[in-house]
Amino acid sequence: MSKIFDVPLYAYTRSPDQDEGMPVRHPVVIIGAGPVGLATAIDLAQQGIKTVILDDNDRVSFGSRAICFAKRPLEIMDRLGCGERLVEHGVQWDTGKVFFDTRQVYEFSLTEEEGHKNPAFINLQQYTFEQVLVERIREMQAEGAPIEIRGHNKVEAIGQHDTHVTLEVDTPEGSYTIEAQWLVACDGANSPTRRMLGLDFDGQVFEDNFLIADVVMKADFPSERWFWFDPPFNRGQSALLHKQPDNVWRIDLQLGRDIDKEREKRPENVMTRLKEMLGDEAEFDLEWVSIYTFQCCRMERFRHGRTLFAGDSAHQVSPFGARGANSGLQDADNVAWKLKLVLDGKAPETLMDSYHTERAYGADENILNSTRSTEFITPKSEMSRILRDAVLDLSAHHEFAQPLVNSGRLSVPCTYDGSMLNSADALAAPDLTRPGSPCPDAPLGEDNLLGKLGNAFILLTIDADAPDSFEEDGVTVSRLALSVRDDPTLTLKRQYLGDATAGVYLIRPDQHVAARREAFDEPHFRAALRRATGKE
Amino acid sequence: MSDKLILSPNLDNADGFFDALARAHDGLKKSSSDALNARLIFLLANHIGDNEVLDEALNAAQASGHQR
Repeated sequence: MSKIFDVPLYAYTRSPDQDEGMPVRHPVVIIGAGPVGLATAIDLAQQGIKTVILDDNDRVSFGSRAICFAKRPLEIMDRLGCGERLVEHGVQWDTGKVFFDTRQVYEFSLTEEEGHKNPAFINLQQYTFEQVLVERIREMQAEGAPIEIRGHNKVEAIGQHDTHVTLEVDTPEGSYTIEAQWLVACDGANSPTRRMLGLDFDGQVFEDNFLIADVVMKADFPSERWFWFDPPFNRGQSALLHKQPDNVWRIDLQLGRDIDKEREKRPENVMTRLKEMLGDEAEFDLEWVSIYTFQCCRMERFRHGRTLFAGDSAHQVSPFGARGANSGLQDADNVAWKLKLVLDGKAPETLMDSYHTERAYGADENILNSTRSTEFITPKSEMSRILRDAVLDLSAHHEFAQPLVNSGRLSVPCTYDGSMLNSADALAAPDLTRPGSPCPDAPLGEDNLLGKLGNAFILLTIDADAPDSFEEDGVTVSRLALSVRDDPTLTLKRQYLGDATAGVYLIRPDQHVAARREAFDEPHFRAALRRATGKE
Repeated sequence: MSDKLILSPNLDNADGFFDALARAHDGLKKSSSDALNARLIFLLANHIGDNEVLDEALNAAQASGHQR
């Protein structure tokens, strides 16, 4: 049976652009059909922006790669019309166990938040994630959406200009040139775009090697995240076991520094290691094996003229905490609405600088967390290891030590505190929904709050008066009028009002809060809208 | 610079505590002693809880080392 990553999903076909005498100019070109590029394209096309994705390949990624998708990215995927399909395919989990040597020292539970439509996490192979997004694109194309994926279109050269970017694209039938008003580079950790523009990374390289193996086995391990420090089957190192759909299990084994990669990758050596871990009687097949090292780093700026970097091309983290793909999808969420407004002439080009500011802030948060996890998991000095082991020993006996155990701090949504797009907080309500926060979900009868926010500016009024809509300098805001009574679970009240009796929220197209006050005060909300669109 | 960390004598029984600490290490290998000290640091740190006090203690420990 052929696996999904062996099947061409967007085979090369000749584009009319290749037969034009002059380069055709597109509003947006995206390089890379990975999760971030596909999501960005869907978001833009859903808002009517003509988008072309160029990929040097014609199929989904090889091997499972990113496997943990957090709630916030699933909410973004809901907005893009494919969140439910992803959740259906995925394995839900909410329990993590931590072992030290042969003992379980700690167990945690990702508690479901009442009233939120999406689970805290699902596990899903990156290839399935990409496949669902490609299916979503095919569905949009059938409805006439302006979106296109060009397989085997490899960008060979990039020219930056004030008003556009020029791309030399190589195909099986020779090369051609196209132009893009805006280019979004989603071409991964080794981004050729970054290299072609002579840009570099700044950050910390970690020297430990990790063996990643996907095994297919019928096992009755529960759907939990199991993490070992110093287990008998991998002495002095760490290990991780995580369930994926279709009886595929992800195993991560730390190998240490200075190893012979080719030797470790040989199937017989991998099988020996896995048998020590899973027991001699376990029957399994290897689906995918890879050895990786990683770095925690980011570009100094995510915007260079008309080129924007998103996902791994802009920032990289260690895998602990599932902050790679999850943060890349938040980049897509942030960049698309801004491009839409700028391309429509409704916001100044400088709005794109806020993409850098907000997402670099998110990247720094992820880098900090994943670096700390890495240092706990792979202690660099003898004393770091002594301190680490002390925490693990204590955690088996005393609850206080459990928060110190760091086997990865799982991805949480980024709140853009201090963003230039935020207005000062003017409502005495919970911090959870302060300006810059992603809106937390709430149940509204058959619907949910996030489903009603959509992807345009919204004025959410809770037991407060306001006009049905208003327009400021070309940008329209529509009102969503709610009452705390619309949600008998009181999730809406708990999250958006707290002790306040009424509230008015200005919500951005990416469902982040831009401003909030206790009543609709027109001049303030007009100013807030100007600020949220880069005009103040 | 705040001064939340108590740096004046505060132990109920100074000699008794020193003795108990030293005795706890009797007969231990260096690695076991190091581990014991590390566990003790985390127990005491959690009891204190206040990050400012802990930072001041870290600074005071760093500043009062004997150069050899």
